[in-house]
Amino acid sequence: MKIHEYQAKEILAKYGVPVPRGEVANTPEEAAAVARKLFAEGAGGVVVKAQIHAGGRGKGGGVKVARSREDAEMHVKNILGMQLVTHQTGPQGQKVQRLLIEETAAIDRELYLGIVLDRAIGKLVFMASQAGGMEIEEVAAKTPEAIYKESIDPAVGFGAWQARKLAFALGLKSTQINQAVAFFQSLYRAFIETDSSLLEINPFITTKDDKLFALDAKINFDDNALFRHPEIKALRDVAEEDPLEVEASKYALNYIKLDGTIACMVNGAGLAMATMDIIQYAGGSPANFLDVGGGATQEQIEHAFEILLSDKNVKAIFINIFGGILRVDRLATGVVAAARKLNVTVPIVLRLEGTNVEEGRQILKDSGLNFQVGATMKDAADLVVKAAVGVKA
Amino acid sequence: MSVLVDNNTRLIVQGITGKEGTFHAKGCAEYGTKVVGGVTPGKGGTTHEGWPVFNTVQDAVASTGANATMIFVPPPFAADAILEAEDAGIPLIVCITEGIPTIDMIKVWAKIKSSKSRLIGPNCPGVISPGMAKIGIMPGRIHKQGTVGIVSRSGTLTYEAVHQLTQRGIGQSTAIGIGGDPIIGTTHIDAMRLLNEDPGTEAIIMIGEIGGTNEEAAAAYVREHVKKPVVGFIAGQTAPPGRRMGHAGAIISGGQGTAADKMKAMTEAGIHVVVSPAQIGETMAKAIGK
Repeated sequence: MKIHEYQAKEILAKYGVPVPRGEVANTPEEAAAVARKLFAEGAGGVVVKAQIHAGGRGKGGGVKVARSREDAEMHVKNILGMQLVTHQTGPQGQKVQRLLIEETAAIDRELYLGIVLDRAIGKLVFMASQAGGMEIEEVAAKTPEAIYKESIDPAVGFGAWQARKLAFALGLKSTQINQAVAFFQSLYRAFIETDSSLLEINPFITTKDDKLFALDAKINFDDNALFRHPEIKALRDVAEEDPLEVEASKYALNYIKLDGTIACMVNGAGLAMATMDIIQYAGGSPANFLDVGGGATQEQIEHAFEILLSDKNVKAIFINIFGGILRVDRLATGVVAAARKLNVTVPIVLRLEGTNVEEGRQILKDSGLNFQVGATMKDAADLVVKAAVGVKA
Repeated sequence: MSVLVDNNTRLIVQGITGKEGTFHAKGCAEYGTKVVGGVTPGKGGTTHEGWPVFNTVQDAVASTGANATMIFVPPPFAADAILEAEDAGIPLIVCITEGIPTIDMIKVWAKIKSSKSRLIGPNCPGVISPGMAKIGIMPGRIHKQGTVGIVSRSGTLTYEAVHQLTQRGIGQSTAIGIGGDPIIGTTHIDAMRLLNEDPGTEAIIMIGEIGGTNEEAAAAYVREHVKKPVVGFIAGQTAPPGRRMGHAGAIISGGQGTAADKMKAMTEAGIHVVVSPAQIGETMAKAIGK
């Protein structure tokens, strides 16, 4: 699960990580009030930051510095409500619903800090780099030696010695080392205690008066651990997610919207991915990823259909089921009921295999509805691609 | 021949009195696995569906001589269940549970990696040696005893591969579902090593998916050590980066874990990589001359 920068900074502040003074604002009036307050408290400038989940906000025009209240109000007016387009939002962009107004800092150096899981060794890794403000993926690809790493033993935690090693590697001044150790250890504690899956401070800055700040903050959380963090679950902002994905999540359906024309409904994550692949291989393009799981109920199947059909790009539906736990006859009954109830008009191609497959095929045949059944996965993929092409836009 | 599971397997089920635990304990027993009991804390001393239930894994092992366990404990408690099984010295721990927090699994892995116990999963369908025994949730009847070994991160894709083989009359030695989580007890390279060293396995199917670099590591092992024909498939060639595709571990992040990278590494290692999941069976048939 993702959260906004201002929420990440609120969490980090609780753990003692220094963040610039600032507040979130939902309206121009609130934003103006925050800016006024910061200037009144002696801020030399404020930065107006669009709060959307996607990265690349600065390049897209969603982050502006103001030296006066008037400038701040102008930036607020321009950014709040805009469709902010970044490399992560897609061409339609994301509407800016709130702003973070912060005091500017007298930046000396821009550095990078991050904590992620290193899957190859099964441990968390604390990363630091002098290449702050850049995409860390790019740094990792071009100059991997520019990223300093400390892997963390879960039994003993992130040691002060490891924090010191990273701080010295970053070339921090001796007057900054102790601050940095406390800073880094607070980040680690925040990561562990909130069950984060990714924590990035980019940039992590030093100021001309030797202070350290998290100038930006990104935290993602492990979805599997949300059950023990209701306070974090409450930070979810569904306005930042695809509406169909939000709808799907209500019914425990694993759905991800893509931009193709062939919708798919599959059981099992691996087969669902492979189904997307085979659609492409057959010359079509998948409209979504959808794993209905091993124990899909009639109700879930109906909701799944509703979600697939609300995607206006969809020209045909491919149902690919290998019934292990999920019985094929039960699925077929669900499909027939849903297709009747929702009056589905786009072509539906099925490929069914596994437990009670004969009964399942018979149920489809007896329904009198217009289903096409592929004998193999390949045949079905070819059929559905043909069907999708045949439907006029 | 086979690996991990066979006629000598004596299985207990952790979480045997739950709905899933009961259903699949029966499924394994029906397939021929010697299910010798189960563990549900607080229900020790009772019987469930004819099986003795114990409070602790240690009690279960002492009374039944179990050498394998299958875990159906819910996600908040599953990591603890794995550690309990490890402490009781069970050689094979198969954890079916999906949804264990990563930080819990980091702790489990720290213990398991140097343990005598082997962990399969979590978030996996389990292991089956057709004709002998199964520990897991896979449909037994699609399998056929034979000599092709399978290792896969995905449940349904494993069934898919098995089905394609069985339809062609090609049997399987052991199919190992290693699981879809970012941290798993047995990775592709471990499973590949087991199957490579098994005299009863003559060819291997390796099914991977986006996320992590385990497939690349296994490909390097294949290049160095495996003479048996290997057929490979990677799911998620059309998956967008940064999105978790169902499995917690199926995510392209930080530029790592793309299908293209994995397929390239596997092809360079001499693996017959297929681009469509429908080609797995026929490609294996060709590779072994059937």
